[in-house]
Amino acid sequence: MSQLVIHDLHISIGDKTIVKGFTLTIKQGEVHAIMGPNGTGKSTLAKAIAGHPDYTITSGEVLLDGGSVLAMEPDERARAGLFLAFQYPSEIPGVSIANFLRAAVQARMTEGEELDATGYYKRLYAKMDMLKIDRKFTSRSVNEGFSGGEKKRCEILQMAMLEPKIALMDETDSGLDIDALRIVADGVNAQRKSAAAPGIMLITHYQRLLDYIVPDFVHVMHDGRIVKSGDKSLALELEAKGYDWVKQEFAAANA
Amino acid sequence: MKPLTETEGMTTTADETAANPVVGIDQTKGDFQYKVDYAFDAGTGLTEDTVRYISSVKKEEPWLLDFRLKALKTFREKPMPTHWATKDLENIDFDKIRYYLSQGQKPKRTWDEVPDDIKKTFERLGIPEQERKFLAGVEAQFDSEAAYSNIKDIVAKQGVIFVNSTEGLREHPEIFRKFFSKVIPTGDNKFSALNSAVFSGGSFIYVPKGVKVAQPLQAYFRINAENFGQFERTLIIADEGAEIVYMEGCTAPKFSTSTLHSAVVELVALKGAKIQYITVQNWANNVFNLVTKRGVAHEDAEIKWIDCNIGSRLTMKYPGVVLKGERARGEVLSIALANDGQHQDTGAKMVHAANNTTSNIIAKSISVGQGRSTYRGVVHIPKHLKGCKNNTECDALLINTNSRTDTYPAISVKGDKNATQHEASVSKVSADMIFYMQSRGLTEAQAMSLAVNGFINDLARQFPMEYSVELKRLIDLEMEGSVG
Repeated sequence: MSQLVIHDLHISIGDKTIVKGFTLTIKQGEVHAIMGPNGTGKSTLAKAIAGHPDYTITSGEVLLDGGSVLAMEPDERARAGLFLAFQYPSEIPGVSIANFLRAAVQARMTEGEELDATGYYKRLYAKMDMLKIDRKFTSRSVNEGFSGGEKKRCEILQMAMLEPKIALMDETDSGLDIDALRIVADGVNAQRKSAAAPGIMLITHYQRLLDYIVPDFVHVMHDGRIVKSGDKSLALELEAKGYDWVKQEFAAANA
Repeated sequence: MKPLTETEGMTTTADETAANPVVGIDQTKGDFQYKVDYAFDAGTGLTEDTVRYISSVKKEEPWLLDFRLKALKTFREKPMPTHWATKDLENIDFDKIRYYLSQGQKPKRTWDEVPDDIKKTFERLGIPEQERKFLAGVEAQFDSEAAYSNIKDIVAKQGVIFVNSTEGLREHPEIFRKFFSKVIPTGDNKFSALNSAVFSGGSFIYVPKGVKVAQPLQAYFRINAENFGQFERTLIIADEGAEIVYMEGCTAPKFSTSTLHSAVVELVALKGAKIQYITVQNWANNVFNLVTKRGVAHEDAEIKWIDCNIGSRLTMKYPGVVLKGERARGEVLSIALANDGQHQDTGAKMVHAANNTTSNIIAKSISVGQGRSTYRGVVHIPKHLKGCKNNTECDALLINTNSRTDTYPAISVKGDKNATQHEASVSKVSADMIFYMQSRGLTEAQAMSLAVNGFINDLARQFPMEYSVELKRLIDLEMEGSVG
């Protein structure tokens, strides 16, 4: 059973510290929802763990199955089993989804190992069917001219194909209408049920997504760290009371 | 100047190569050399004696010697075109160049007859055996003479002549002399004059009336001696209604001093004929590659240049088509990749000289690091013509902020019965795009390579399969080398 241990993590962009002592352990198969208002460092956290070069980890540790990932390049982290589902996925003109994923799958194989093309396409089509992605998309350039919903479904497709140990999902619900949200959630839930269920860090503003992807744990982030944790009822409480409630509680506790 | 039989210290030592590192460029590709005993050598430098020597070794007719000597004079009289081209041209030291080298062998017909050393070189170049069988005719140029040529029976039976330039002029003067130097006259530019004086090697092809050559004819060539300029001369004639695809591929080992490649390629497509000329080149990054390529398309004929330029220190190449007959079509599809320390100055020329002629230019350039790409194009449609069309598209991709790209399109369309359209774009491979791909497990080099291949994908798809595969492999190698 894999796990990701984030310990007392501090992250800055330039001179500005965004994440200030974030600690959390995610085990494979678990879903941890990270909630909180804008600007509390949720996206920064996900990108920094994935190795984005713009973010500096000033202290703390990120361990995947006991080994630190902090000295690793983003691609090494990915091959070790980390996956980041982007809030704003990049477009890659001229590179088809099929070829892109194929390159990503191949990058995970050992030298001399050959990709079984028939098996690969069979798997790809099965995942696409599950996510209700038209077969025509295989030959379309990655994310180019995709709607918001199509981009997010494409992210889930990649996650399904690459079978990560730990997935960091950054506002996967943003820009989705209710139908698209349901499809995306179905895709994630299918992976939760599979033998290789990833551990998921689900970053979101809204409780709405959690109706479809029911989390095991909910954490509220404020000012760069977790200030409150609970089960899924916490999300409902937040929905009812708003984030100010947490902020006030936090301020009182630190007074 | 006597024919030499001993090897003259042609192998590059490790020290020499280390003395010329170009930062960030993978120098290992094509970086190998085998000892070759040159039976004939014109020495270094260019004089009238050099030209006479080349002509006598080739046992040429007097008219050809005359042609060469006149060309030498023209070469000397013409100034360097540095008023518009890069000053880097001034760094070519014509006295240090070796103008002729030969194995002293007759061109080979079968693979078995090819010497082992040369076979080894071809193996290192990765020319697969099944490809040789697959291709209808292979003419591989080794230094200035074709060391190996093999025309499959089926092509010869169709009456197709596929020989090297020496043999073409000697054995088939009635065909080749009529067109030789007519498309690109000696004085076209300084380097076409140089080629005319010292040319050696290259292919001469004649496809008879109505013959459609089913398989592409392919030539591989390669430079294998330091300080050695390669001056091949190719002439392809497709008679009325004939069709041919010719492919040229080059890789070269690196040298510690600059080397010059200056070819002339002439194409003649007679009425209703089709010629497609495909180049994928990967010169070592100290090569000056200054090539003149032009075709004449007669009535209803079609000439298509597919030109991929990777490597070299400076490439200047603007394949052109003179649309001489009504409804003739000309096309240039060009891809140029300029890595650190390289300058790709490429483009196309379309000269409309008859009614209802059409031309299409699609040029894509990629600049990496300090690499520089320049597009230079000329489209000329004079006032008295009607129904002429031109489409020009130039797209540039920049990888990292230091790279530079320039576009100089000169489109002169006169009269109101002609149409032209021109589109240009510049895009960048952003850090976010690279991070996105890396986060899927691709290395930085793989990510850049994928981005570049994506950028040229719509053009590369039009290439024959083995060439798009080779192109992809070359881009992978370039990108590996460009990642610190």
